[in-house]
Order: sequence, then C-alpha cells, then structure tokens
Amino acid sequence: MISRSMLDSIKNDRGGSLLLALLAAAAVFVPLFNLAVPATSALHLSTYTVALIGKYMTYAMLAIAVDLVWGYCGILSLGHAAFFALGGYAMGMYLMRQIGPRGVYGDPILPDFMVFLNWKELPWFWHGFDMFWFAMSMVVVVPGLLALFFGWFAFRSRVTGVYLSIITQAMTYALMLAFFRNDMGFGGNNGFTDFKDLLGFDLHRDGMRISLFVITALFLALSYVASRYVVSSRAGRVVQAIRDAESRTRFIGYRVEAYKLWVFVFSAIVAGIAGALYVPQVGIINPSEFSPVNSIEIVIWVAIGGRGTLYGAVAGALLVNYAKTYFTAVLPSFWLYALGALFVLVTLFLPRGLVGLLSKVTAKAEQA
Amino acid sequence: MRLLIAIAILITSIMPARAADDAAFTAVLSKLPEASYAEKSDLIKQLVEIHRAGTKELLNAFLEGRLYVRDSDKKIFIVESSDDAFKLTDAVTNQTAGTVSQDGFSKIGVNNQLRRVLRAALAQFDLASPDRDARLAAVKEMQRSMDADTTAALRDRLAKELDSAIKKEIANAVALADLSSDDAKVRLQAVTTLHGSLNPDVYNRLQGLLEKSPEGEYVEPDEAVRTAAAAAITRIDRWRQIYSAIETLLFGLSLGSVLVLAGIGLAITFGVMGVINMAHGELMMLGAYTTYVMQLLMPHYIGASIIVAIPAAFLVSGLMGVLIERGIVRFLYGRPLETLLATFGVSLILQQLVRDVFSPNNRPVETPQWMAGSLQFNEALSITYIRLYIIIFTLAVFAVLLLTLKHTRLGLEVRAVSQNRNMAKAMGIRTEWVDALTFGLGSGIAGVAGVALSQLTNVGPNLGQSYIVDSFMVVVFGGVGNLWGTQIGGASLGIINKLLEPYSGAVLAKIFVLIFLILFIQRRPRGLFPQKGRAAEG
Repeated sequence: MISRSMLDSIKNDRGGSLLLALLAAAAVFVPLFNLAVPATSALHLSTYTVALIGKYMTYAMLAIAVDLVWGYCGILSLGHAAFFALGGYAMGMYLMRQIGPRGVYGDPILPDFMVFLNWKELPWFWHGFDMFWFAMSMVVVVPGLLALFFGWFAFRSRVTGVYLSIITQAMTYALMLAFFRNDMGFGGNNGFTDFKDLLGFDLHRDGMRISLFVITALFLALSYVASRYVVSSRAGRVVQAIRDAESRTRFIGYRVEAYKLWVFVFSAIVAGIAGALYVPQVGIINPSEFSPVNSIEIVIWVAIGGRGTLYGAVAGALLVNYAKTYFTAVLPSFWLYALGALFVLVTLFLPRGLVGLLSKVTAKAEQA
Repeated sequence: MRLLIAIAILITSIMPARAADDAAFTAVLSKLPEASYAEKSDLIKQLVEIHRAGTKELLNAFLEGRLYVRDSDKKIFIVESSDDAFKLTDAVTNQTAGTVSQDGFSKIGVNNQLRRVLRAALAQFDLASPDRDARLAAVKEMQRSMDADTTAALRDRLAKELDSAIKKEIANAVALADLSSDDAKVRLQAVTTLHGSLNPDVYNRLQGLLEKSPEGEYVEPDEAVRTAAAAAITRIDRWRQIYSAIETLLFGLSLGSVLVLAGIGLAITFGVMGVINMAHGELMMLGAYTTYVMQLLMPHYIGASIIVAIPAAFLVSGLMGVLIERGIVRFLYGRPLETLLATFGVSLILQQLVRDVFSPNNRPVETPQWMAGSLQFNEALSITYIRLYIIIFTLAVFAVLLLTLKHTRLGLEVRAVSQNRNMAKAMGIRTEWVDALTFGLGSGIAGVAGVALSQLTNVGPNLGQSYIVDSFMVVVFGGVGNLWGTQIGGASLGIINKLLEPYSGAVLAKIFVLIFLILFIQRRPRGLFPQKGRAAEG
C-alpha cells in the first residue's frame, strides 16, 4: 500500500526520476569501473574516488534532511550537523568495539583512548555497541530522540524564525563543547579513528568500499523516495501550509506543533543515518563535525541547489562539495572567497537556487 | 696626591677601632667553607651581629652563589666570573684582588633553606631604608623566615616606623612570632592583633592553635587564647567568604562585559533593525586587527596606540558595516533567514581576506604597560587591571550608545524607523540613510569591542567565530531591541558562568549556560526584557 503511494508520488516528479535513474546508474557503473576496469585504463575509478563520491552522497542525504525542514516547513535549522554527527558517533562506537584486541594497547574490550585515560571499565553508555543491530538502532534513536525533545520544547513554546535558528546553533555548539571533553567518554578532540572492520569485513578492502558505496546510493535513493512521499502526503501539504502561513494553519484547526515536530524528527533521523554511512567511508569522526559552521554550510548546499525541491538539495550538495574538493586542492585560498560569494550571490539573485534557474531557462525556451 | 694621603690617614685612623670586629669577622668567615648547612645559617647570623660594613655585599654574593674559597690558602673571595676567569674581591678587606683563572677555587654551597635565611638577613639591612617600598619588601621578606633575631629586629623597627601600612605589617609579623611565646598574655595579645588579618599564614597558625595533639590535649593550653583564636578564625572566614564572593562577582562581571561588548553592536543591528548579521564576529575581528595595525604604525607608543585604535576600529568596522548594508542587506529586508545566509558569506570572505593580507596565524598584540599588573585590594582580593578596564570600558561604550540613541537626532530617527518604518518615511525621515547609519553604528561598536578583545584573546582569523554564538545568546537572552536587556543579560550570563565554574569546570559551565539559555528561550521567547507596545507588533 505504502509502496504503491510512494511510487505514485515519484511518478510526476521529473527531477526525482532523473535523480533515481542517475543513482541506479552510479550503483551499477561505479563498481564496474572500479573493479572490472584495469587500473591502467583511463576509465578506471580509483577507490579513493569511490569513497569520495560515497561521502558526497551522505552529504546529499544530509541536504535532503535540511531541505525537508527548511524548504518545506520553513524551519531554518542551524544544528543539523549535530544529528549527522550523533549518527556518526553511534556508528563510530560500533566500529571502535569491533577493533577489539587489535588496538595499540591490545585491550580486548576498552578502546585505546580509554586505556590511555586509565579507565578501568567501559562506561555504561558504551554497552551494547558491540552488537550491530543495537548500534544501528542507536543511529536512528539518538538523533531522533534529541530532535523529539528539542523540537517538543521549541515548537510547543512557539519559538520560530531566527530565534529557532539561533537556539539550534546553540544546541550544536553545546554538543561540540561537550564532545571535546575527554571525560565524556567519546575520545575527546581526537574522536574515533583507526577502524578495522564492519560486520567482520575489512574496511580497507576495495570490495568493502564498493559495498559501502552501493549501500549509500541505496539509502540516498530510499531517503529521497521517503522524503518525497512525506512531502506529497496529506500531512506534507499541511507542513507546507505551515511554512507559508503558520498562524492561518493553526486557526484552521491543525496542530501545527505536532506536524512540525514529526517533520523535524524524521529529518533528524535521515541526518543520523547519513552520518552513520559517512563514518566508515571517511574513517574518522571527531567533535569538529558538530561545529556550527558545518551546519550553516549544509544550508548553503540546499540554497544553491534550490530549496523545497529535494532533488535540488541533492544537486547542491554534490556540486558544492565537488567544487570544494577541487578548489581546495587547486586554489586553496580561493575556495573561501568562492563559498562566501556563493552565499551572497545565491541569496541575492537565485532565491530558488540552480533548480529555479534551470526551470526559468527551460520555461523561456518553451515559450520561444 | 694630597687627597690620597688624606684618605690614607682617614682609613688608618679608623682601623684600630675596627680591628676587634675584623678579627671576629674573619674568624666567623673562615668557618664558613667547612660548615654544614645548619651551621652556616648560624654563622650568617653571627656575621650580621658583628655589624661590620661590607656584610651586606658579602651576604648578597653568598645568596647569588658568588662566594668562593681559594683552596691553597683558604681565603674567601667574592668573585665575578667573566669568561673563564674570576674577578676577585677579598671578602674581608673588600678590596679587589685581581683577575685569575677559575682553577683552585671552590664554591661555598647554598641551598634553599639557606637562601631564605640570607634573604631575611639582607632584609634587615633594608628595614631602615628611607624608601618606603624597600622597607615594605624587607618586612615581607623577613616574615618568610621568622626567628628570634628577625623578630627582635622587627620589634625594634615597630617602635620607629611611621608609615601606618608598614607598621601594621610589622605588627602582624611580630604577633605571628608572639603566638609561640610562653606567656599566655602575650599570646592572647597576639591573637587580638591578628584577628583582622587575611594572610594565609596567620590563618594556618590560628587554626594550629585549636588543634589537639595525638594525646588528645590542646596544643594551646590556655582557654582564653583558644576562644580568641576561634573567634578570630570565624571572623577571618567570614571576610574571606565575602571577598571571594566579591571576586567571583568581579570575574563574572568582567566576563559578562566581554559578552556585552560582543553583543551590544548586535543588539543594534539585530534588535533595532531586525537584521541578522552573521558577519558581526568578523567585524569584531577587524577591530582587533586594527589594533594590531596601530601597534605596527606606532611601535614606540604601544600605550597610546590602543587609545588611537578605538576610533580607528570604529571607523574601519563601521565603514565595512555600511558597505555590507548598502551592498547586500538592504535587498533582503523582511527576509531575515536570507540575510543570515548572505552575511555568513560575507564573514567567510572577510576571514579569508584577513588570512591572505596578514597571515593565517595569530598576530601578537602587546598589552600596554598601564594595563599590566593587578589591583591588590588586600591579601584575599585582587583584580587584574585588564579585567577592571574591560568592565569600565564596557560601561562607557554602553553609556555612549544609550545617549546616542536617546538624545541625538540619529537616535531619534533610528527609534522612529524601528517602530514604524512607513510612518517615519511619511514624516520625512530618509529611512535608507538611517538604515545604513544604524548598521554602521552597530558594526562600529563591534569594531570597538574587537579592540578590547585583542587584549583578552588571540587575534587571528577565527576570533569572530568563537564569539558569534555567545553574542547572539546575549542579545536573545536580554531581549531583542533592548540595550538595557543586553547589558543586564550579558552581565548575568557572565556571573552565572563564573559561579558554576568552580563546581563544574569552564567548559561544562559554558555548556550549562547554553542549555539554560535554550530552555530559557522556551519559557520567554522574547527574552528577559521583551519589547512592549507598538514596537513589539509586526
């Protein structure tokens, strides 16, 4: 039933269909070019590139999450990096437990940093993370719960607009400060790294990299479809009504807080999953992921791609991050100027982002 | 020639009178190389008692480890080493004895215990110095190693001393020594003298009087002395608590002042104009860099450069602010979230600009002489001048800003525009002009805040980022569009932070404050002092 209506929601979505087709093609061809094409060939994709594209795709998921709350519900969250990082930390804790006795200090249970800090036993919140199913449920539960509490407080007392943006920023800032502390039991400013394997598979082998890539593509597609379903559902329409006229929607009789809350929680969960996929591909997670600047950067991906379209967010995330990788290597000092200028120009001249620009151009072409 | 003869006669005429002293002096001195450290300290006291000229130089050399004995004839010399040679001065006659190689000399050893004895002995020479500060330093030095001799010297001085502060200091020192007297009356008198002192030594000694020996008997046998000591301790405890509370309050106020400085410019742009300026931190950064440039321009007048930097920073950041308003913000009025993003872009550009122009590393900004050091109220309470000046400076900036908004033409127009833009326009106010100037004013204040911050933190490209969350918090906490709210909000956040710090550490305190603010905004979405009336609508 749900899958049927999910498909329906995609049917009239040209951008979305294109995105899904591209993702499917990537899931097939990227492994092919990486594994089947010999390394000497021009068509060969290095494992580094595969991991890089994989990383971009987790960012794209994060952009979808932000677009859901910002583009469709008008909540400008400047704290979504926190949900991403929490999902990442949950995954990181599982990966740390998987290292087992292979750490530098060879302690069978305690991760290296705990041995280093002279801790005698595992803190209570580390229990269970040796089990994959538990860690994965935490990837969803922890960001979801945080969003639930935070959103419940914030929306119920009708904190809106800029105020909400600022307190989400304060939230991620507070979390960053907290995770920087060694006593928190999350590795302090070094975070987690030096992972060995996931579900028994060596993380450094090409095959594992490719599998992670395909899984990430799958999850990106899935989160796109799910988000599309959410926004085109009846509830999704109410959410958009809230974005456009919050008081009016409330006076009509909808419980605005509840709708906002569920979108916010759903979005946080998507961000958390993205974070969990990010960590094994990048191989490190540390508190700087919580930094407020990161959260603002996500917003600019969405703004550049075009908010309120979902596929625009994906395109923005991919484009900006590709540009970032390219320019920081070629012209390091140029990148921040470019990013800064992008913020300014997009908000001034492209309120609907690249997608908006594209549709304007095609509309003109059709008229002519 | 005649003069030399006269001097020679003079010296020989004094000689006989000093011959006995010299003999004793030489006798004591000759024991020094072989003596143990405990014996040495006795010998030093004997040397002091002989009251012979040149003892001070001798002890000084001893303290500095420049007293050597020649192995061949056991003669003692004060030496000055240069390269591989020793410039000798005979310790007894105080006459130079040529420069020789370092071989064949052994140093007369000093340890820390002995150094303290030496310093106290030397201090006795300063006790009669005409210079007040030298006397005070001498008393303090002697307090560190009190024994019968130093006590006697101090007691002697107490009668002659005229300066009341030094007199009190000496009285305390003597009283401290009297606590060990055999006479209960003397002890009681000493406790009475000490009952207002905040010196930690005094506290420990008084505490010691109340302790019981392992056999269960009081160390202090006299009941009256014990009662007096207990009363004195209670009194000292109370004062210490009061002073430490005042200290926390001052620390909190100075931290709060930093927050207010960071936030007050924002209170104008955000509060009065409803515009989110994410580049606010970078405008502060520009102010801090202006201070740095000013120091480069006038390297010989560091103390004055910081004063000059204040208007300069106001201009630099203010002009940048006007530029941002004219170039970007004015197209985005009524779209606060977009303004937020665009100004964030500006902040990235400014950061990179500073990185390219100056350096990605922190720049050293010197603290002028007149801001160094600290103001010592008493032994339990002191505040560094920087903290003090920050508090004063913040209040001054606040007052100027308040007066500007309340009593100038610009202030009137700003308030009019912020309350009702269209009506103001209809009354002939050039709202665009006012917008630009308001934004410039807020930005200029950020620059001035940057001057203050350059004295407190590292001046680098990331200076702004570390303050942006804080400054938003202050404004939102105090209530948007309310300068008083910002001032009170900032100060109270600073104090809350400092009150928490002893219990939780600095980072946790900050986290708690952030959580508190997040929760606070739920309860009072419009801050501590919400705007009322017409300004609140729309």
